[in-house]
Amino acid sequence: MQYRPIIALLAVGTLAACSGGKSDDTAAGASGPITVKASDTACEVAKSSLDAGTHVFQIANSGSKVTEFYVYADGDRVMGEVENITPGLSRELRVELPAGAYQTACKPGMIGTGIRAALTVNGSAPALTEDALLQQATESYSRYVTSQSEALVQKTGDFVTAVKAGDVAKAKALFPVARTYYERIEPVAEIFGDLDPKIDGREDDATAALPFSGFHKIEKDLWVSGDITKDGPVADQLLADVKEVVTKAKDEKLSPLQLANGAKELLDEVANSKITGEEDRYSHTDLWDFAANVDGSQAAVAALRPALEQRSPDLVKQIDTAFTTVDSELAKYQVGDGWKLQTDLSDAQLKGLSDAINALAQPISQIAGVIAKK
Amino acid sequence: MTEKSLSRRRAIALAGVGVAGIAGAAGVGAALIREDEPQTVAADASGAVGFYGGAQAGIITPAQDRLHFVAFDVLTKDRAQLVRMLKDWTAAAARMTAGQDAGEIGATEGILEAPPDDTGEAIGLPPSGLTLTIGFGPTLFRDASGKDRFGLASRKPAALADLPHFPGDTIDPGISGGDICVQACANDPQVAVHAIRNLARLGVGVVSVRWSQLGFGRTSSTSTAQATPRNLFGFKDGTANLKAEETDLLKQNLWVQPGDGPEWMTGGAYMVTRKIRMLIESWDRTSLGEQEDIFGRTKGEGAAMGQAKEFDEIDLVSRNGEGDPLVKDDAHIRLAHPTTNNGARLLRRGYNFVDGSDGLGRLNAGLFFIAYQRDVRTGFVPIQMNLARHDALNEYIRHVSSALFACPAGVSGPDDFWGRSLFA
Repeated sequence: MQYRPIIALLAVGTLAACSGGKSDDTAAGASGPITVKASDTACEVAKSSLDAGTHVFQIANSGSKVTEFYVYADGDRVMGEVENITPGLSRELRVELPAGAYQTACKPGMIGTGIRAALTVNGSAPALTEDALLQQATESYSRYVTSQSEALVQKTGDFVTAVKAGDVAKAKALFPVARTYYERIEPVAEIFGDLDPKIDGREDDATAALPFSGFHKIEKDLWVSGDITKDGPVADQLLADVKEVVTKAKDEKLSPLQLANGAKELLDEVANSKITGEEDRYSHTDLWDFAANVDGSQAAVAALRPALEQRSPDLVKQIDTAFTTVDSELAKYQVGDGWKLQTDLSDAQLKGLSDAINALAQPISQIAGVIAKK
Repeated sequence: MTEKSLSRRRAIALAGVGVAGIAGAAGVGAALIREDEPQTVAADASGAVGFYGGAQAGIITPAQDRLHFVAFDVLTKDRAQLVRMLKDWTAAAARMTAGQDAGEIGATEGILEAPPDDTGEAIGLPPSGLTLTIGFGPTLFRDASGKDRFGLASRKPAALADLPHFPGDTIDPGISGGDICVQACANDPQVAVHAIRNLARLGVGVVSVRWSQLGFGRTSSTSTAQATPRNLFGFKDGTANLKAEETDLLKQNLWVQPGDGPEWMTGGAYMVTRKIRMLIESWDRTSLGEQEDIFGRTKGEGAAMGQAKEFDEIDLVSRNGEGDPLVKDDAHIRLAHPTTNNGARLLRRGYNFVDGSDGLGRLNAGLFFIAYQRDVRTGFVPIQMNLARHDALNEYIRHVSSALFACPAGVSGPDDFWGRSLFA
């Protein structure tokens, strides 16, 4: 493995500023958790400089919106995150942070880029080999899946409860929210045979062996007939299937190539079924899924980022620019903490989204080749 | 033809050298070297038409049988990125017109993990006379609000002004205009589609396809060696078309001359496209006599009314025994004739199209009209204004799309690229 100076810079980040370079695994124990005061408009992290090691963040949500807390490395690579922190709730995040430059972010309302702050972690970090960087990608993405899974089970549970209680309005409101977590980790969920079709299959995919079920069956009843009185068993099955996916997903380690292909396939999903309004044809909440697929794609790319930086920095730049374009194109259609309905967009607006997604999918389709090359 | 015995690669290399030599001797612009058009000759229908040359291939090249035409919107605001794409396109076009894969690696030679740099549907197919011709639309220079998009506004030719509204126009903006166009003509439809598809793929993120059109059955002959084909009305079309062999007429009517406008267009031509829907079923209910009167030609031979043979001189003056003109006042060929239009002549290169059927069960069919000329203001515009106002054929046609592009001179060799004179 050849060693290039740029890697050291990337990995170490703030090496020049660091003092002792000692690694203290008991950092959390010594000084207690780092408090994060999250509200609808602020994200106050008690410390902006830490020593390398494992740290515990204690996030208290005093706002009125559900929030999320992230620790990002370069390129929004998730080092740790905690989802679904409801108003009034306090939750912990334990995360191992090697020396480097990071960002913390709260996401009140769970969308957008969040309220950011810089976080410097001091100490020395060894330069990593290419293989080690790729190994890290798998672990990094695995952390992402774990955090999303937890929120997925909770939100699907809430949705199922509303359906079984016959609360149409509440179920409608929760439908795109629960799907968000599912759509983010679809590359993993799709690995497990029949589970994805059972959870997310559409009416035209149904067969005698796999009848129409899951999210979209309930969606149809919610939006078309408004009658969900018979959907109790469907809802229970949905939750059971989601839990099974989550259990299996925790043990599943996606290879770097799988990550690269997953990132691309999520964008293909956007291009072929979200922009066209095929996916959520009854609720027209396709833009929620769109945003979630893009998030998921970005998470997979971010996990591969250190390795990509080493192999093809130009490609990374191209991808960053294209993600920015997608984000700003999508942001035009944000309404509060959600999105406009797909049917409210004009053909020209949908073409704009389509162009942005294609422009992103093109460089992302090159990642697998870059990763595969020795 | 000795070319027939040469390998594909060798023939192209020779063509390139020939042009460079002549250009060097002449010392100046591409327009001067068009007499020697190595790229206009393919050994046979499956052979290659040279890509490099003084003029772009695909204009006076004997019209191939199939068309795939595409218009792009430019997405990027970055001039350098656009130029990079044009260079990539040029390299791919040089390869594909030679019957090679779009990329250097090829459709099946790359690593398994990466998408191939050619899409593969032309594997095993010969060059099929493929020509790729590029044009730049008015909106590339200034956007709708008048903003200079790429610092090119001062280079926009006056001849590239938006076409006026013609009486009866029912233009759909969604299938009209465009910042850049590429005309792919080939004798095999799959070869033409393969070329456009790969250029669109290479342009992703920089350009976006605005509209595209497939065509079949060339409706014009661009060389005296070709027989005049028929349009979907069943008539010979383009008998009086400009032809490759008419050197002086081409100079007067087709090629942009030094001093006509910005230098970067010298040796090029302006292209108008019009998608003309034919009301086929109504036409088919029209009597033979009326059909012939509307066109001003006989349906069988294609002779002008009152004449015996297709290429007999049109007589616009004489009258029949009842005192009526042989060619009626509102006949298509009278209104389109150079003598009716201050001598204006076009080089037409249109194709028939059938886009399936419409919701009423009618064939969605017609003519995808393409015409090249030195200046649309003295070419297409006055001719079409005349036709739009008076042509008896108007009852059976609708113009549904319209576009105008500036097609510069040819790519001189591997170091040159599409649009270099414009972006220089």
